[in-house]
Amino acid sequence: MDKKILLAGCGLLSLLAAAAHAEHLVAIAGPMSGQYASAGDQIRKGAEMAVADINAGGGVLGEKLKLEIGDDACDPKQAVSVANTMVNKKIVFMHGHWCSSSTIPASDVYAESQIPMVTVSTNPQVTQRGLPNLFRIMGSDDQQGIVAGGYLAEKFKDRKIAVVDDKSAYGKGLADEMAKAMEAKGVRIALRESITAGEKDYSSLVSKMKSAGIEVMAYGGYHTEVALILRQAQQARLDLTVMGGDTMTNAELVTAAGPAANRVLFTFSPDPRKNPGAADVVRRFREAKVEPEGYVLVAYAAMQLFAQATEQAGSVKYADLEKAVRNGSFDTVIGRLSFDAKGNNREPGFVVYQWKDGEYDYVSQ
Amino acid sequence: MALALQQLINGLTLGAVYGLIAIGYTMVYGIIGMINFAHGDIYMVSAFIAVTGFTLLAAFGVHSVALALFVVLALAVLFTSVYGWAVERVAYRPLRGSARLVPLISSIGMSIFLQNLVQLTQGARVKPIPPMITGGVDLLTVDGFTARLSYSQILIVLVTVALLAAFTWLIQRTSFGRRQRACEQDRTMTALLGIDVDRTISLTFMLGAALAAVAGVLVTMYYGVIDFYIGFVAGIKAFTAAVLGGIGSLPGAMLGGLIIGLIEAFWSNYLSAEYKDVATFSILILVLLFRPSGLLGRPEVEKV
Repeated sequence: MDKKILLAGCGLLSLLAAAAHAEHLVAIAGPMSGQYASAGDQIRKGAEMAVADINAGGGVLGEKLKLEIGDDACDPKQAVSVANTMVNKKIVFMHGHWCSSSTIPASDVYAESQIPMVTVSTNPQVTQRGLPNLFRIMGSDDQQGIVAGGYLAEKFKDRKIAVVDDKSAYGKGLADEMAKAMEAKGVRIALRESITAGEKDYSSLVSKMKSAGIEVMAYGGYHTEVALILRQAQQARLDLTVMGGDTMTNAELVTAAGPAANRVLFTFSPDPRKNPGAADVVRRFREAKVEPEGYVLVAYAAMQLFAQATEQAGSVKYADLEKAVRNGSFDTVIGRLSFDAKGNNREPGFVVYQWKDGEYDYVSQ
Repeated sequence: MALALQQLINGLTLGAVYGLIAIGYTMVYGIIGMINFAHGDIYMVSAFIAVTGFTLLAAFGVHSVALALFVVLALAVLFTSVYGWAVERVAYRPLRGSARLVPLISSIGMSIFLQNLVQLTQGARVKPIPPMITGGVDLLTVDGFTARLSYSQILIVLVTVALLAAFTWLIQRTSFGRRQRACEQDRTMTALLGIDVDRTISLTFMLGAALAAVAGVLVTMYYGVIDFYIGFVAGIKAFTAAVLGGIGSLPGAMLGGLIIGLIEAFWSNYLSAEYKDVATFSILILVLLFRPSGLLGRPEVEKV
């Protein structure tokens, strides 16, 4: 009996001790496993480096940061359960999720529990629902679609263009916006199709495009399917140019599609690696054998944003932090970030890129 | 016309791959009445062995495609049969004689285990290999569209037909086949006649895994891009093929695979790729409504 009381006492003491040395729990969530795990990997590497750097600089408000990692595998159901876990852990900030179809249901959980979140999900619906806690670093698919569709309408107006998506919230949203932008400029869409992501065989779609004389495919979806379509198009001797969205930044596209990847164009925010203010961070990522491509620097920037907003707000309380993020302007490795009333990035900026022998760069005009 | 011919070729190739995997489901179901959900993942493991094998052989300077394919096929069949044996030994044999649902759940667990094992040891990134067999023959040109039959498509169909013939012979004509069919009919009686039932079941698992191994190698060679997740989609499609053709029947599994492959190709072409899975599964439901035991399945006779 005595022993039990002693044990309980010890437990209580250690709990108190933990409370005294409280850290700020910040979290990331995204596809750490599953089909799109390589994107989750980029987010994790970016956030880990950012948290280490912030802690090395003395932390935030004198407290260290601790990073929690949630894995939603881009599955909406799992995303909600990750969100609930994170709420229970009492995180004060969330960077995530990645897939729009995960971010949308999970954000409701964070909104209810008053946790500020910064996401990269580009589906317009993410910010259209008026959640006060949600901010988006990237532009939305309508902005992205206007740039991509406009570019196609200008450069390929005499070619036959197909619009294809993968039925996901992100893919269909982006493809619809690209089609709308092209039609607004008087381009006729020759073929509108959807595929099932995760399959291997797209040869029937490729044959259909070939017989319709399609030369350009505007694609809403992820890079793995584009790689397969390109390979199968090559086998069928169809020279296909692809225009995609921000997910085409993934270097897996090049290993998987081979030289055909040189025919992939995509829209993405201006390359943060070219930002002079990021030079030092980029160098340290490369020293750590991490190429800061895709979402690595974006995740780094999200953590910087949290640190700066918290310092300005003077606390990690939701009301203060939310006000600081909404009204502030933050200097990060991907440039200056500030948000409008809906939580959208004020100056997202999209540029058309092209893959060239394993590197991507602004498309040559 | 040329386009229809092209879609026929696309559909037959895809259907042959589904059929090869479906045979594994059907054989295991036939002998122990259980759906082995880990079967799709055995196929995935084989695809990884294939990528490793092809890459290693290329590094050692083996440039003959035929030799590389032969060596990799042999290696994949060997390793994957061991996997098939081990999965049965670890996850199913201890549960023999328990309720039907128990080994089913165990097989789902095994499937998740294999997926995560490969993800952790091999990484989540997709693994590509460069195209190996690139040539083909042009068959027919109508209105500027040329139907093309690639050498790898010919190879896939030929290997499938050969394996189906070999397995039909094995089951119908050899003493192993007789033991296997006996176990299917009545395990207790078979054991009483002095046949090692456990050994027969193990062998069936190994043979099913070997077929999945061949499918894995062929798919790796044909599509060239794999990841740890490919077993899931392929497994579902192949399982559907097995049910459609009549689970328990070898030719049925192949027929089911071909039907699904053809529906997918033609539906995507003439209607829309968006709704091809709806079409596939609607036809599955229709077939099961009118022939509950599948196209070539034998109706279950209840003994009273």
